[in-house]
Amino acid sequence: MARALYIHWPFCARKCPYCDFNSHVRASVDHAAWQQALTADMRHEAERAGGETLESVFFGGGTPSLMPPALVEALLTEAERLWGFAADIEITLEANPSSVEAERFAGIAAAGVNRVSLGLQALDDQALKFLGRLHNAAEGLAALKTAQGVFERVNADLIYARPSQTEEDWRAELSRALDLGTGHLSLYQLTIEPGTRFATDVRIGAFAPLADDPAADLFVLTRELTAAAGLPAYEISNHARPGEESRHNLAYWRYQDYVGIGPGAHGRRGGRATVRHKKPENWLSAVAEHGHGVAEERVLARPEQASEALLMGLRLAEGVDLAELRTRFGIAANGLIDRERLCFHASLRLVREEGSRIAITDAGMPLLDALLGELVAGDLVTA
Amino acid sequence: MTDLSLIRNFSIIAHIDHGKSTLADRLIQATGGLTAREMSEQVLDNMDIERERGITIKAQTVRLNYTAKDGQTYELNLMDTPGHVDFAYEVSRSLAACEGALLVVDAAQGVEAQTLANVYQSIEHDHEIVPVINKIDLPAAEPEKVRHEIEDIIGIDASEAVLTSAKSGIGIEDVLEALVAKIPPPKGDRAAPLKAMLVDSWYDPYLGVVILVRVIDGVIKKGLQVKFMQGGTEHLIDRVGAHTPRRIDLPEIGPGEIGFITAQIKEVEQARVGDTITTVKQGATQALPGYKEVQPVVFCGLFPVDAADFEKLRESIAKLRLNDASFSYEMESSAALGFGFRCGFLGLLHLEIIQERLSREYDLDLITTAPSVVYRIQLRASRTDDAREILLHNPADYPDPSRIESIEEPWIKATIYTPDEYLGPILKLCQDRRGIQRELTYVGGRAQVVYELPLNEVVFDFYDRLKSISRGYASFDYEQIGLREGDLVKMNILVNNEPVDALSLIVHRSVAEARGRGMCERLKDLIPRHLFKIPIQAAIGGKVIARETIAALRKDVTAKCYGGDITRKKKLLEKQKKGKARMREYGNVSIPQEAFIAALRMGEE
Repeated sequence: MARALYIHWPFCARKCPYCDFNSHVRASVDHAAWQQALTADMRHEAERAGGETLESVFFGGGTPSLMPPALVEALLTEAERLWGFAADIEITLEANPSSVEAERFAGIAAAGVNRVSLGLQALDDQALKFLGRLHNAAEGLAALKTAQGVFERVNADLIYARPSQTEEDWRAELSRALDLGTGHLSLYQLTIEPGTRFATDVRIGAFAPLADDPAADLFVLTRELTAAAGLPAYEISNHARPGEESRHNLAYWRYQDYVGIGPGAHGRRGGRATVRHKKPENWLSAVAEHGHGVAEERVLARPEQASEALLMGLRLAEGVDLAELRTRFGIAANGLIDRERLCFHASLRLVREEGSRIAITDAGMPLLDALLGELVAGDLVTA
Repeated sequence: MTDLSLIRNFSIIAHIDHGKSTLADRLIQATGGLTAREMSEQVLDNMDIERERGITIKAQTVRLNYTAKDGQTYELNLMDTPGHVDFAYEVSRSLAACEGALLVVDAAQGVEAQTLANVYQSIEHDHEIVPVINKIDLPAAEPEKVRHEIEDIIGIDASEAVLTSAKSGIGIEDVLEALVAKIPPPKGDRAAPLKAMLVDSWYDPYLGVVILVRVIDGVIKKGLQVKFMQGGTEHLIDRVGAHTPRRIDLPEIGPGEIGFITAQIKEVEQARVGDTITTVKQGATQALPGYKEVQPVVFCGLFPVDAADFEKLRESIAKLRLNDASFSYEMESSAALGFGFRCGFLGLLHLEIIQERLSREYDLDLITTAPSVVYRIQLRASRTDDAREILLHNPADYPDPSRIESIEEPWIKATIYTPDEYLGPILKLCQDRRGIQRELTYVGGRAQVVYELPLNEVVFDFYDRLKSISRGYASFDYEQIGLREGDLVKMNILVNNEPVDALSLIVHRSVAEARGRGMCERLKDLIPRHLFKIPIQAAIGGKVIARETIAALRKDVTAKCYGGDITRKKKLLEKQKKGKARMREYGNVSIPQEAFIAALRMGEE
């Protein structure tokens, strides 16, 4: 049963040009109505995925730092009443590093949040402007300082492999970020997602994304610098001081059950996939009508679950334990992984095998999608 | 039966687009063969492919009854002959069934090489040629100039050429009168033993094999027991008739006449073009001259993209073969492509037609390997084998080079006719393809070049290149002129150090390096980057003559996997697996199916 709860807050002050997440800009939000609806959605899930205490809660978005601290507190109170909280529960909230939001950090911490994930994105003004962010570099650093004073744990997000970014540029920027002293860094390469403003910009030739080969060089550099600074990569884009990993995100990657409530949230419980109505208004009216926001609930066949477990697990440096997956899904190791391709790619040192565990190597990580196509047994995908 | 003096048998010679089909349609209409309403556009070219390409693949005839100005009603048999060099033998048999021909020339375009070749063939059959200058109502029409061209280039009197516009219906009656007046009636003896020439045959799902015949002597009737003198089989005639163009049954076909018969024959292979049909009792003792067994000259492998379609391919090929005995097939297996068939064709157009019909009519997705010609190899004796001669259809069967005494390859004589502004690049193309120039003549602003060329330099993309460098103006015609010895070697293409059988080819040593370099360069673009670097090499025996490297893929990863949404990643994986299904694995390298043919396109040289 689920020990991880995700709460989606879909509103932003402004839509960023690279972002294809479920985020929306609205002139005003009826907080009372949202509190009621999120609470109802939560109860619906607790009835179906209750029974064990929660080990993590994650407020994602959107921009959850725009939520009034009282709303955060009310939702956490309800979650604790429904599931109970483990003593060392990790409660993360995504925040924008604007001065306005920084002023609320104390209140949010008082509401129970003990980890903040700060969307710093870049450390120079020009890059922040390109990325369409509302804060400048100084404001971001100030917000980070505030956060570090208020929350037990702080993560900073950065977006790199930006157009024409050189190795020297990134080395300097990342070194500064590492000096900021956060225990966790999420370092994402800029990707151009369909339907975003950046996709249009690229189509009309306003800018060209960084080519794959230099982007691959930056990926290698990133791993070197973070490892040297004591925050090695534990996932493709996530780096942490040992023990500082995001427990909530690990639940996804280790393919444990998770509850997802709020617009567009995905969940996994007992072999079922849940997806909620994506558009905020539709989700609200669904909750009003049915008492929950579920748009689709589907039983996942075991081979499909196994393929998801592999897709997620191989993102992690620790990889997956085929023996454990066999026990979980009743599928033998050779039904999970194409043994012949595994040996071939092991010989290329893109993947390694240790006992029943397989993991993608540092060299293989930037090629994960291609490797998954090679390694995941065909029967799991066509099934 | 019709009195011999009232029969006229003729064909129409024309270059593509010069209006043959339209003129034929007008003649049918004018003689009441079909009403305007019944005419779908162009009756004669039945197959879609024939219509689209403006070529005739199977011979057909139409019997027209025309009451001339002299008050007599004539039986006019219009023979529609195949219009491409690949079917030269079929053309020759169709022509042998006629006494004359209409030569249709476009009043704006003038005489083309293809036309020329057919006229000469027709003249060789002692035909009376009636020139027709068509499309005279086009703004660019220059009938007088074309009249001179016909006289200068072809060397026949064109002073009485009929001027027409088949499209607008101008001059149709004049054509009919000219036919009656100029084309001689056939000769024949009704009392003599039956001698009928098998002009063509095709498979009809209702009637079985239908045979087009021209009776020389004697009479063909229903119920007659006949013998095919070359095929050696005997059959009972169960139907006799003609096309007007509607199919009609007739009591008999007499001397000089053209019509069809059926005789409960199941396969066209039993009804070979050029055979002589006679009666079993008191039959002719000597067959008609000119019979030939047709031999495929171009070979290639056809493989299903989806290995599961192999049985479907086998059935489809067998069905096509029912109606076309001129192509051959046998099973072939390739390490890269799995099971398929090695097929032989009369020429490149024939290959394309079969390939296109398989994909269109039978909905098959095919991989076609490089076309190859037939090589004759003399093998030396070895410890275990005697010296012997082999015919090589497939580069994969190339013998141990140490045993090869000599290799011969087929050569052709090509006639190219072009506006002279394109002559330079055309000569270069012919030189690059090991051509030997035999003739070069100018007529007005046009040039005619005759080259001897090795067929293996022509089979792949010669015609495409010729068309592209002449912007479609040059025309090309060829005939085979036999085998010649050549310094020919097998070139292997190695992908990731493994030879890919479907890409190997036989080339002349002098062009091997250029060809190998070209193929390696194209494969470098055609094969996607893999997780490791891939050497691509062209080699003759153990010697590498060209090399390229495809760099390893460096980045292919989804940076962010957010909020537990796995759907997109899963779709990505599904897409990847599907893409792989359309590739062929070779030494751990996935080669896209289109690469096998694209690699051979020589492009700009």
